[in-house]
Amino acid sequence: MNNVTAADKTFDAIVHISLLILSIIVLYPLVYVLVASISSPEAVLRGEVWLWPKNLTGVGYAKLLQNREILTGYGNTLLYTAAGTAVNLAMTIAAAYPLSRKDFVGRGAITAMMVFTMFFSGGMIPTYLLIKQLGMLNSAWAMIIPGAVSVWYIMIMRTFFQNGIPYEMQEAAAMDGCSNMTILLRIVLPLSMPIIAVMLLFYSVGHWNAYFSAMIYLSDRDKYPLQLFLREILVQGEMTEMLGVGDDTNAKNMLDAEAIKYAAVIVANLPVLMLYPFLQKYFVKGVMIGAVKG
Amino acid sequence: MALLAKRVRKNWGLYVLISPVIAFFILFEYVPMYGVQIAFKNFVAVKGIWGSPWAGFKHFERFFASYYFWRLMKNTLGIGVYQLLVGFPVPILLALAVNEVRSKKFSRFVQTVTYAPHFLSTVVMVGLLMIFLSPQTGLLNKAIVLFGGEPIPFLTEPAWFKTVYVFSGIWQQMGWSSIIYLAALTGIDQQLHEAARVDGASRLQRIWHINLPGIMPTIIVLLILQIGSIVGVGFEKVYLMQNSLNMPASDVISTNVYRSGILGAQYSYSAAVGLFNSVINFILLVTVNRIARKVSETSLW
Repeated sequence: MNNVTAADKTFDAIVHISLLILSIIVLYPLVYVLVASISSPEAVLRGEVWLWPKNLTGVGYAKLLQNREILTGYGNTLLYTAAGTAVNLAMTIAAAYPLSRKDFVGRGAITAMMVFTMFFSGGMIPTYLLIKQLGMLNSAWAMIIPGAVSVWYIMIMRTFFQNGIPYEMQEAAAMDGCSNMTILLRIVLPLSMPIIAVMLLFYSVGHWNAYFSAMIYLSDRDKYPLQLFLREILVQGEMTEMLGVGDDTNAKNMLDAEAIKYAAVIVANLPVLMLYPFLQKYFVKGVMIGAVKG
Repeated sequence: MALLAKRVRKNWGLYVLISPVIAFFILFEYVPMYGVQIAFKNFVAVKGIWGSPWAGFKHFERFFASYYFWRLMKNTLGIGVYQLLVGFPVPILLALAVNEVRSKKFSRFVQTVTYAPHFLSTVVMVGLLMIFLSPQTGLLNKAIVLFGGEPIPFLTEPAWFKTVYVFSGIWQQMGWSSIIYLAALTGIDQQLHEAARVDGASRLQRIWHINLPGIMPTIIVLLILQIGSIVGVGFEKVYLMQNSLNMPASDVISTNVYRSGILGAQYSYSAAVGLFNSVINFILLVTVNRIARKVSETSLW
């Protein structure tokens, strides 16, 4: 660039400064929660904590992890996430592969039938009554089966199969006597690892964060996922059990309650936070693939 | 015909493969659509959906006549329109700005940071709002007090509900929503920029005349989708942010359906309310799509 004008320089500066400010606005609350979670609650409440932990303590984490329900919730969430994601992936591939094949008779009709459900649905009540009738109320199945597949992700994966894997290669394999199943397992899937990784990420984050279906369908507390317990702690402020009412003063309880909230946010997002840097390149790719053609 | 049958037979494995998915859609999407008829019936649990007696439009009439009708409509539409007007342009601006950054490192930093909140669950998101907006202990109110203001009860004051909802949504989703525009921007022919630069166009002019038109189809498609879901204001976050004090501004159709239907067991009435919501959404989507096709030749179908 040899003909950079003054106007261009000003423009550049404005863009960079705005983006920097924006990034700080987005990042600061997250940093603050992390710092506050390991600082003494007194210091946090007095407003002495801004960017650096003060009087390091783990009281919030200790109180939180003493609670058996949190651990149950963690276990349940892990189970729902693992099982749910496995079902999601199998179903998505099972739908996307046939729909990606030009010689698959009926793909138009089947696609239309699926896409229509993105724009119109029976709604909350008829779905609830169906789940009830199927006997899935208050069972782990309700956390896995009703959301077994997403139309949007089927379309993304279908697009990937169509554009990313040469059809001629599949035809050649068929000539050599490969069945459709063999082609899928031996040729298509090994070539689709990037998109599979993306789907794995999207679906599992979805399961990890889900609370709505659990709230509607589950009633036993020992089946609750983590998010429902988090809701009690963060949104409804219910944590009497963790605070151990009776042996402490009110003021102490209030301090502990604050500490527990910060710790809860961090604990809930720990897996995602730890994986985030490694996964970033994948999920951007995933959204881009979907963006090429919806 | 014979040819068709032959092709179907040749690919029988594919039909076996896709059949569980088709079964899933029939059972969990189309059966509930069929079940929507309870909106026109008096649902009696022992008789089931099919056996319950017809009630005509009774439940709809009750809904339209109820005190809540206008409040629900006003809140649902209000949040939807507010979100559209304020929230929709932000990711576009962000993508245009990130696209102007030449330093790979800085651009990746901005993207990494702005995508991150997307991965927070709704529960955690609302929890953060409560932590930061609390009148006594919240960071924002502490800052307001520091500058000599009065603490604002953001989460219990109805007048603040929509703003808090929309701006926290922007905070959480702007980065993520910008990815799709960034993808579209990378598809723009660099020769256009070269030519414009030779002609003496400024950076702003090039954004306005090259980048913006270049991503216009993407913008229109996403706009259609968002207008189509304007009445479908997400249940999850609104419900979590709701409390008895902000109810006049926060009660929307979907939370009302949940309360009267699943908590109150008024299945037929809530199904009617829910159906009304779905139908409006669908009509909006079809209308906007038709307008977009006429005006810009870009549309969903």
